[in-house]
Amino acid sequence: MDNANYKIRTRDLRFFYGEKEALKGITIDVKPNQVTALIGPSGCGKSTFLRSLNRMNDLVEGAVVRGTVLVDHIDIYGPEVDVVALRKKVGMIFQKSNPFPKSVYDNVAYGPRVNGIRERKVLDEIVETSLKQAALWDEVRDDLSRSGLALSGGQQQRLCIARALAVGPEVLLMDEPASALDPSATAKIEELMYVLKENYTIVIVTHNMQQAARVSDVTAFFYIGELIEMDETRKMFTNPSVKQTEDYITGRFG
Amino acid sequence: MHKGQRTQLGQDREVVEKVHRPTLELGITGGPHSQRDGEDRGRDPLWWKKRLRLSEFLAEKLVMLVAFVSFALIVLIFVFVFRETVPLLLSSSEAKVGLHPPEEQETYGDVAPLVTERHQTPKSESKGASMDVSGEGSADIKNLSGPMWQPVSSLPKYGLFPLITGSIKVTVVAMVIAAPIGVLAALFTASFAPRWAKEFLKPAIEVLAGFPSVVIGFFALVVLASFLQSVFGFQYRLNAFVGGLALSLAVIPIIYTISEDALSAVPKVLTEASLALGATRWQTALLVVLPAATPGVFAAILIGIGRAFGETMIVLMATGNAAILSISPLDPVRTMSATIGAEMAEVVFGETHYSVLFLIGLILFIFTFALNGIAELFIRQRLLKRFKGN
Amino acid sequence: MIGRKFLDFTVTTVSASSALFIILIVLVLIGDILLNGWSTLSWEFITESPMQGMTEGGIFPAIFGTFLLVVIMSFVGVPIGTVTAIYLSEYAGQKSIFARAIRFAVNTLAGVPAIVFGLFGLGFFVQFVGGGVDQVVSGGAELRWGQPNILWSSLTMALLTLPVVIISVEESIKTVPRELREASLALGATKWTTIRKIVLPNSITGILTGAILAVSRGAGEVAPILFTGAAYFLPKLPDSLSDQFMELGYHIFIMSTQSTDVEATIGIQYATTLVLLALTFSLNFSAIFLRYKVRTRSAH
Ligand SMILES: Nc1ncnc2c1ncn2[C@@H]1O[C@H](COP(=O)(O)OP(=O)(O)O)[C@@H](O)[C@H]1O
Ligand SMILES: [Mg+2]
Repeated sequence: MDNANYKIRTRDLRFFYGEKEALKGITIDVKPNQVTALIGPSGCGKSTFLRSLNRMNDLVEGAVVRGTVLVDHIDIYGPEVDVVALRKKVGMIFQKSNPFPKSVYDNVAYGPRVNGIRERKVLDEIVETSLKQAALWDEVRDDLSRSGLALSGGQQQRLCIARALAVGPEVLLMDEPASALDPSATAKIEELMYVLKENYTIVIVTHNMQQAARVSDVTAFFYIGELIEMDETRKMFTNPSVKQTEDYITGRFG
Repeated sequence: MHKGQRTQLGQDREVVEKVHRPTLELGITGGPHSQRDGEDRGRDPLWWKKRLRLSEFLAEKLVMLVAFVSFALIVLIFVFVFRETVPLLLSSSEAKVGLHPPEEQETYGDVAPLVTERHQTPKSESKGASMDVSGEGSADIKNLSGPMWQPVSSLPKYGLFPLITGSIKVTVVAMVIAAPIGVLAALFTASFAPRWAKEFLKPAIEVLAGFPSVVIGFFALVVLASFLQSVFGFQYRLNAFVGGLALSLAVIPIIYTISEDALSAVPKVLTEASLALGATRWQTALLVVLPAATPGVFAAILIGIGRAFGETMIVLMATGNAAILSISPLDPVRTMSATIGAEMAEVVFGETHYSVLFLIGLILFIFTFALNGIAELFIRQRLLKRFKGN
Repeated sequence: MIGRKFLDFTVTTVSASSALFIILIVLVLIGDILLNGWSTLSWEFITESPMQGMTEGGIFPAIFGTFLLVVIMSFVGVPIGTVTAIYLSEYAGQKSIFARAIRFAVNTLAGVPAIVFGLFGLGFFVQFVGGGVDQVVSGGAELRWGQPNILWSSLTMALLTLPVVIISVEESIKTVPRELREASLALGATKWTTIRKIVLPNSITGILTGAILAVSRGAGEVAPILFTGAAYFLPKLPDSLSDQFMELGYHIFIMSTQSTDVEATIGIQYATTLVLLALTFSLNFSAIFLRYKVRTRSAH
């Protein structure tokens, strides 16, 4: 097990919002180039877990992390670790699409720019490839200068994906990226994930059981801050080994 | 094997090394696949290493420094206003040592001819020969608490009493006018006014709040004073009443804004419950809404008092500025703030008069500071209540 | 029942007339100044210097001095206030004692009488700093900085308006959605970069509002400059920061209280008041407009 090549590993990860323990010792291994889905009833700590993988939770005042998170075998909570570098490597897509109030171009170019890329030609290229990867290029190519906020909900979310890709991450964390979208926009995002996993490691939180079944290779079931079961998606959805998982998947609670 | 409980430095390192070394041997696969610079970075085994970002570091330090400077400046206000009164405190403690005999003390109170006073000074000087200024009427406690303010005379008198009572008189007049008007208008807005009425009132308040005090003072001096005198036949054109009335124009917006804020923060549930019980709108307003907003309204009045007490230009222009002791609001008065405003430009730096003016400023400062502090407590209490109510 | 109705009527009438009184007094104030000021106001009045012992001519030096005062004041106060607001909202933790001390200080500062700021300006800037500079430069032989001037007036005013800037900017920074900050940080932007590229551009209206409100307050306040730099009459415009200056509000004060023949110059006084009022109101209205824009954005 230890020699296996995992992209992300957590060991007994505990997370506290002040007094409240939101994660009660999560141990998970995430393989590269796979989609790992996190499911569970709302409030069970999926987002908290996801956000502790790129240390976005550092922004929460009074939050305490215990346990270990390894990304590429580096303990990301170690004292020598550079949070900025970590976040470049581990990108994030939020539940609510959050494009900057800037043009499509400037949204995508934001990451490269803050990393010091100035030449227009390089930026143009990055913007184009990122938008292509996010399957948005064809819809916005004729007017990259329009505001990102002028796009439709689904397009905005894909813009956010393009923006994240432009930084050159290796991992993409997605927190219910399609929960606010209509079915056709959701289908586009799901297709996209299928393509993206060839090049990226994806961890996605989803509320939607069918979505988890459709897009993921591995599924982890969370319940009140604990990891109940984690297995290959096919197995989880056909033959879960824990009763609670089965109840949840079949919609008996949650 | 990893037992959680990290957060200690030693353990952190251990974990990093334990897992990091074997990987290096294996070589990292599954790295990035984005076509660009990602590939290089993925090969960099030290991608995680913290690096010094100079601009980030400097920016943070600079921001903290500036925040500290603005804090320091605020503290310095107190320090420097206080600093200039220090000579005064020193001299007055000195004066206490050579205390005047009691029977002479009373002559200060009288409107005695200068001769008597000159007569008396050498006597007291004989004890403290080092005090060369005492002949010019040093500002000891006795002098400061005297009933006369005559800083520019051969024997200056620095009695603060008329100034303090003057400030109080004008403030009382202003508050008697401004408090009811401000609070009632706020009550009107919060629980009764139709939409269109609010649309007149709110901008009017903003406009009134935007009037520079010198303009209100000018209006009081040129228009209000003459008008009131012609109507009521005041003996003095400029007096405490005119000043207080003008001052109330500056205070009304403050009282209105803060109490309106408090009144409209009263939970809708309360009003609805009261109305459901058959109370009229105005019973609800007076018996439910107003009591519920009492702390906020009280804070509004306190802050209004602070503003009225410290306001300078209006009283300087509209009160007549005579430092006399009287109860009648129709006599001219000289307030503390107006005294500073009128006399500071003419005094010699460092002399007694100068220090006394700073002392007046210090009193103003401490008084308004205390008022605002108390008001803030009230407002915060209201906020707390509001949060608890949720 | 009659008693109840009567009470209802009384309370309505009394409170409505309070509101009416406020509206009326505002109309009277504006009407009086407009009517009396308009006749004297002219292009020459704005562009010329006072003449004949200030009984004729214009008020250009006072307009110029006011302008200079608020410009220097803004150059100092707005950056300091903005950065302090950034500290409070972005760097200081919720429990930071230092931040709480600053907030407390800012709140109390807002209630300190303007005349006390004047005293501070005299004691600190003129005497302490200015006197200190003179000591260093010429050993105290030449009195140049250790006396009231436009620089010290402006700095005093900057301090007076600091709370206005801090409160306004902080309020506006708070309306920048957390999601935008998170998006930026998740892209590997540093905190400072996020502030520079996301937070500040999105709160620019608040910074402007704060600046405008500060300028308006600074232009209307006279007490702090009474003895830190304002002058009765100057034959020429200030050409150095160590010069004294004329100012609109101070000019009104002087003309209406100290002049030998107040009646003769009443037109000038009114017109000066009108100019000052026009200046502060146009500033206030633009601030209100900007604030309104910020509010509607944060309501989204
Ligand atoms: N910033 C926060 N402060 C305090 N508690 C929080 C915060 N964010 C989330 N929580 C709590 O932590 C628990 C897990 O939340 P979250 O990770 O958002 O759940 P999920 O994403 O699975 O719905 C919930 O009980 C939630 O109330
Ligand atoms: Mg969630």
